[in-house]
Amino acid sequence: MEGTAVPGRLSWRVAKVVGNTTETPRVHSLLLDVPDWPGHLAGQHVDIRLTSEDGYQAQRSYSIASAPEDQRLMLTIERLEEGEVSPYLSDALQPGDALELRGPIGGYFVWHEPLGGPLLLLAGGSGVVPFRSILRHHAATRSRVPVRLLYSARRFAEVIYREELERLTANGVDVKLTLTREWPDGWTGYRRRIDSDLLREIAWPPSENPLVYACGPTSFVETAANTLVSLGYQPTRIRTERFGPTG
Amino acid sequence: MAIISPGFRGRRPQIDPSRLPPGQYATEDFPVLSAGPTPHTPLREWSLTIRGVVDRPTTWSWSEFGALPHVTITTDIHCVTKWSKFDTVWGGVSLDTLLEIVGTRAPFVTAWSDGGYTTNLPAQAITGGKAWIASEFGGEPLHPEHGGPARLLVPKLYFWKSAKWIRGLEFRNEDEPGFWEVNGYHNFGDPWKEQRYQGD
Repeated sequence: MEGTAVPGRLSWRVAKVVGNTTETPRVHSLLLDVPDWPGHLAGQHVDIRLTSEDGYQAQRSYSIASAPEDQRLMLTIERLEEGEVSPYLSDALQPGDALELRGPIGGYFVWHEPLGGPLLLLAGGSGVVPFRSILRHHAATRSRVPVRLLYSARRFAEVIYREELERLTANGVDVKLTLTREWPDGWTGYRRRIDSDLLREIAWPPSENPLVYACGPTSFVETAANTLVSLGYQPTRIRTERFGPTG
Repeated sequence: MAIISPGFRGRRPQIDPSRLPPGQYATEDFPVLSAGPTPHTPLREWSLTIRGVVDRPTTWSWSEFGALPHVTITTDIHCVTKWSKFDTVWGGVSLDTLLEIVGTRAPFVTAWSDGGYTTNLPAQAITGGKAWIASEFGGEPLHPEHGGPARLLVPKLYFWKSAKWIRGLEFRNEDEPGFWEVNGYHNFGDPWKEQRYQGD
């Protein structure tokens, strides 16, 4: 398994919030100015640190939603009602506020041109966040690597980056949506959870040896990865990032 | 010096704070983190090998491994992704038991797993009651998502060092960084020193 090392110490930086936008009722994106940001690879994440007035601290990791080519760093935060950090990031942070972070972190769940393809991205819920970075990087570098995104959400209102995904589709990126619980009138996309029939339909065949990235809740990623392996795809060509509600 | 996040209160842990390493939070869950698909090696094909700079390279089948003296370990575990889980209960074989059989004075070891995962440790980190090959969690066979049939258990280090789906240990005279260690993570990974990433 190849990797890309991240050299040097990752020091804490003070980012300035320049935007806090609502993506869906539960999901916000923070646009950040980060002084001396060293750059990142599409798919990496950062650590966020909050400090209360009496010195108590909490850290969490968030995937980077922006491409390396973008001017500003974007993080997309799913607001967990019982969470310790995500409600503060979603509700309290306003333009002009400061936020401590360090990164970029992670050298494996990343994509850049030398890794090739064809590139199959499988997203469950907010697992789509690192794929925004990858798709924007793919577009910004005019990569010719074939790319396809399958994005599973519960209902249309919970689809993150809807307008951007429509733009990508208009520009020829192959984006497939599946909704698992509710469907708007006239919905023509898929209406089911990820399974072997769906993967057989949307994935390049094993003979084309696609490079697969799966990101989402554990159950989604386990199903996607296990099913692909049972369909004959190379385990070493499947990269996964699993997360649960971690606040 | 950290900056203050005005209005941030946090949810103070209802636990003994001295058990929580810096930057960690306690969870009751058992999150799953792996870089690739979960391997499902049938037990009849499973084996554990200790090789490299050792006196008696040895391979145990699943039944031979099962015949070794097993112990119960209750310990706190700490994942580099910030969660810690207290009082986890494991069953397995002490590395001291295995190393008594193979014999080694080599200073470094690399653990390797089904799926191609590796991680490196100083031999000192896994000797003297500090590491086990665990095949049970909470009194049940270890679930594949959590590393079953067997994983390395080194609770004093961040949990990526506790290689899931372990198939062997190679003792070495030189250190060789493993999978996450070449992907930006710390070479040793002591949670109490917050050695998360390279350079920490």
